[in-house]
Amino acid sequence: MSFPWANEYKPSHPFMKWMDEKLPLPRLVYNSVGGGYPVPRNLNYFWNFGFLALICLTIQIVTGIVMAMHYAANTAVAFDTIEHTVRDVNWGWLFRYAHANGASAFFVVIYIHIFRGFYYGSYKAPREMVWLLGVVIFLLMMATAFMGYVLPWGQMSFWGAKVITGLFGAIPLVGEPLQQWLLGGFAPDNAALNRFFSLHYLLPFVIVGVVVLHIWALHIPGSSNPTGVEVKTESDTVPFYPYYIAKDGWAVGAFAFLFAAAVFFFPNSLGHPDNYIPANPMSTPAHIVPEWYFWPFYAILRAFTQDFFFIPAKLMGVLAMFGAILVWFFLPWLDKSPVRSGSYRPTYKKFFWFGLIPAMAVLFYCGGAPAAEPYVMFSQIAALYYFAHFLIILPIVSAIEKPLPLPYSITEAVLGKDDGAELAPTA
Amino acid sequence: MAEEDGVRRRDFINIAAVSAAGVAGVGVVVPLVSQMSASADVLAASSTEVDISAIQPGQAIKAVFRKQPVFVRNLTPEEIKEANKVDVSSLRDPETLAERTKEGKENWLITMGVCTHLGCVPLGAGEGENKGEFGGYFCPCHGSSYDTAARIRKGPAPKNLEVPEYEFTSDTVVKIG
Repeated sequence: MSFPWANEYKPSHPFMKWMDEKLPLPRLVYNSVGGGYPVPRNLNYFWNFGFLALICLTIQIVTGIVMAMHYAANTAVAFDTIEHTVRDVNWGWLFRYAHANGASAFFVVIYIHIFRGFYYGSYKAPREMVWLLGVVIFLLMMATAFMGYVLPWGQMSFWGAKVITGLFGAIPLVGEPLQQWLLGGFAPDNAALNRFFSLHYLLPFVIVGVVVLHIWALHIPGSSNPTGVEVKTESDTVPFYPYYIAKDGWAVGAFAFLFAAAVFFFPNSLGHPDNYIPANPMSTPAHIVPEWYFWPFYAILRAFTQDFFFIPAKLMGVLAMFGAILVWFFLPWLDKSPVRSGSYRPTYKKFFWFGLIPAMAVLFYCGGAPAAEPYVMFSQIAALYYFAHFLIILPIVSAIEKPLPLPYSITEAVLGKDDGAELAPTA
Repeated sequence: MAEEDGVRRRDFINIAAVSAAGVAGVGVVVPLVSQMSASADVLAASSTEVDISAIQPGQAIKAVFRKQPVFVRNLTPEEIKEANKVDVSSLRDPETLAERTKEGKENWLITMGVCTHLGCVPLGAGEGENKGEFGGYFCPCHGSSYDTAARIRKGPAPKNLEVPEYEFTSDTVVKIG
């Protein structure tokens, strides 16, 4: 699964030799994230975000386990236990704010990671499975984050739970029974809070499992790189340790600096003040918004205001919202261009920077804005472009575009020349 | 087991064992799925009695039914007239006011206070709240407007506000559920 020139694991200490015979775990680590994993030498900073995502997942699990030690999933006391954690528990404020902002940090990192994939064509063969597993991780993250936001049982928690479970009520025939089954009642209450807590604790470990598969699938072809040209020879790679461990370490330092600034100085700036009001099933806040990381998809949900033939507007919105992510599963086959990197695809590059990115920005902004004009119209236009980008523009562009000449190899891209190129018949 | 028909004793045991395991697997899934449905105490708390004696025409109250708000509204004659004026066939969810109220008690409009879009509580029952452009209820979440019969007139909600099962146990008490 690795390149033939990969360094071999050679334990020298007798204990490590003994260990290697009984359980070759150190060998696995060495070959996965150590000196035994050759990585393209030309990775830019966008390639740090996979490692950062792993750091975020670790932060969430560690701070989350601490939060669970002080939390009680009962509607009578849930809100108070969070306040108790922040005010009375030693360092409780640190864990609470690290956990809440950690979720936001995780999504910042993961969105950059995903859009890196979009731009550099990381989803293309031979890495389709890496991409598919990544989309699964993203869906699991969204479910986990949603249920976590319900746990403090504030106004936004309650009404978020009601609106999101209400989405399932839009499904014809089975919708209402399904919604009641999910909630264990007619509206969010103790039963729902308890099961959300249970699943919120479970899903991160499911994510860990899928992350292992994601990395396993990645390490079969090896990492992609900004040129999109596959590794040819040893001179195209450097070992993961020490080179990329050091570079990822630098990224972790930069990330920690920003993360600490948010936790210590702006811990509530991404939250919503209404969530400091205990849940009240009798009164809806004037302006319900989900957490910022759901805004683009929430805008798509609200963009459908008219019935579409026989499909009611509400169901259309729900289908479109889920479809907006499910379309990513088909990306490796929608984009037919053999050239991976957007850097060598002039037309695709334009649609990426002047189409997809602005459309996402508009959806992001409108998802956090009130459900009124002109935001609804802007969301409609942006949602239309979003789907057209993946379903129409990408297949057409990848068929007619003339890509720029690719470098012969990664080495040539980095050094300007590759001795191997002169021996090869054509590039 | 007869050798000549090609089924050996082992094949039979194999199929029988796998089938039994399959049935047992389904049997295990049933309680696992069912435990998530509404429990007996949640279902038991599913009726509510409301005293309506103090509600003047033009006023409404919010009661709690199945942990959700229910609007009990005493319609004014103008509001009834306005609701009956509408061409029913033009509505998204066609229903007359008479179909949504009890005979002889057409001024008592009793509906769930749950928007049929995504479940927010519409405004309009409380004193001074925004009743929307059709004079009934207005949902602040996504802008659905309901008329004086709580029928959907504008916005994303697909259906009229739901009328729960209820009966007048006396002239001043309504039992919902």
